[in-house]
Amino acid sequence: MKQSLNLTTILSGVLMILLLWLGLSWLLNSPVMPSPIDVIPIFIFSMAGDLGIHFLASTGRVLASVTLAVITAVPAGLALGQMPAVNRIFDPLIAIIYPIPKIVFLPVIYILLGITDVSKIFLIAVIVFFQILVVVRDEAAGLHPELILSVRSIGAGRRALFRFVYIPASLPAVLTAVRISIGTAVAVLFIAEQSLTTWGLGYYIIVETYQVLLYPEMYAGILGMALLGLSLYFLVDYLERKVNRHLYLNN
Amino acid sequence: MIDISNLTFSYPGQPNLFDGFSISISEGECWSIIGPSGCGKTTLLYFMSHLIKPNSGSVRIDGEISSRPRPKTGLVLQDHGLLPWSTTQKNVSLGFNVRRFYGPDGLHAPSGSKIDRETEQQIVDHWLNRLGISDLRDKYPSQMSRGQRQRAALARTLALSPDLLLMDEPFSALDTPTRKDLQDLVIELNRERNMTCVTVTHNIDEAVFMGQKILILARSTNSEPVVIDNPSATDLNHESFQAMCQEIEKRLERSA
Repeated sequence: MKQSLNLTTILSGVLMILLLWLGLSWLLNSPVMPSPIDVIPIFIFSMAGDLGIHFLASTGRVLASVTLAVITAVPAGLALGQMPAVNRIFDPLIAIIYPIPKIVFLPVIYILLGITDVSKIFLIAVIVFFQILVVVRDEAAGLHPELILSVRSIGAGRRALFRFVYIPASLPAVLTAVRISIGTAVAVLFIAEQSLTTWGLGYYIIVETYQVLLYPEMYAGILGMALLGLSLYFLVDYLERKVNRHLYLNN
Repeated sequence: MIDISNLTFSYPGQPNLFDGFSISISEGECWSIIGPSGCGKTTLLYFMSHLIKPNSGSVRIDGEISSRPRPKTGLVLQDHGLLPWSTTQKNVSLGFNVRRFYGPDGLHAPSGSKIDRETEQQIVDHWLNRLGISDLRDKYPSQMSRGQRQRAALARTLALSPDLLLMDEPFSALDTPTRKDLQDLVIELNRERNMTCVTVTHNIDEAVFMGQKILILARSTNSEPVVIDNPSATDLNHESFQAMCQEIEKRLERSA
């Protein structure tokens, strides 16, 4: 049975961070570490303005990347998992590519796909793609052959097997993979947004605030990034619970 | 009902399991198939359900050769095959949902079978009740005992009103009272709706109880079917029940 974060845990976690932050700012007593008391109002105020647009730009990129990764990796993973012969061919390739930090391909992707949002979205999609591919493949390979036979005997052909067996069977794995890779996705986004764009939290934090020494605004940007990561994490966590009721049973 | 003629089959790199094997099962009959493991009894059942194809020879069900599972054939496997992420209610309705997914195209679902959701629900309810699992309709397979899962698997198959029921070791993982209960139910349905039944088992008692005719398969290549007429089927107290069990046991020893 899975255990998920509840509201008390989240609230006490946030409170502890705020207290640590407050303590640190008192201790350092320097403009590079402004107190949350100064930053939070700025954060709330700018979220209604420019920072909000940067936030939305970043959110859009992450969501587009994850969507792209899911709709390509799930069918590919299912195919590999259900066709051992094909998997044997691609397995060495996947095994080599999987651990390479894909962000090093950023310049290559810029050269090939041009300096547009497509490049940034593509890069993040590639990272999430491999995470999902591997878990979906393993999940599909682990499906009981008897389960598939019984459902086929009811009359299910390939399409119905996808709809009634493969998709629901791999959904938990997909969501877990997305949840795990979302941290990396946001981190890569942060780096990718530092150049060749004028919108996005990465740009806001590095170019608009850090490089011009607007520290409280920079911290507001960091808060935005944290909010983005957390919201995505909890969104996926919520979906996991909703979709996988059978994994959260208390008998 | 089932006409297998001149069937030849081997798994890649292995000797022939069947070579020129022919057998014919009439409508409404109850058959058992028994034999040592690896003799091909499950394989034979899969031919009958059109899940796999022989290397040569033909498998006709109701006079037809088909390349896909026939909508009116029901299959129950030892490992219930329920969807772990669905409740009993959903699992038992799966057949209807698959049929609705395709529409009555005659391939995946019988053509012209247009059943509305309300009737479907009534049928599902009927089988949940008949199998004594109606209070488990909102439970997931992991919350149920083996016997309850197998009941749900049977309900799912029976909801599609099959005229042929194929079962592979359906009750072998169950405790004795549950097994007895389900065996009786299958026999009842066979009589009630003239449903043809084929049970694959390694359990001699079960083979004798469930089979008016008992097909014995050997581990070596099967060519001539060994079929035993069994008058004591479905009657544990029949005078020849024990004798039949011993007879089967002897023949199995010989073929092993």
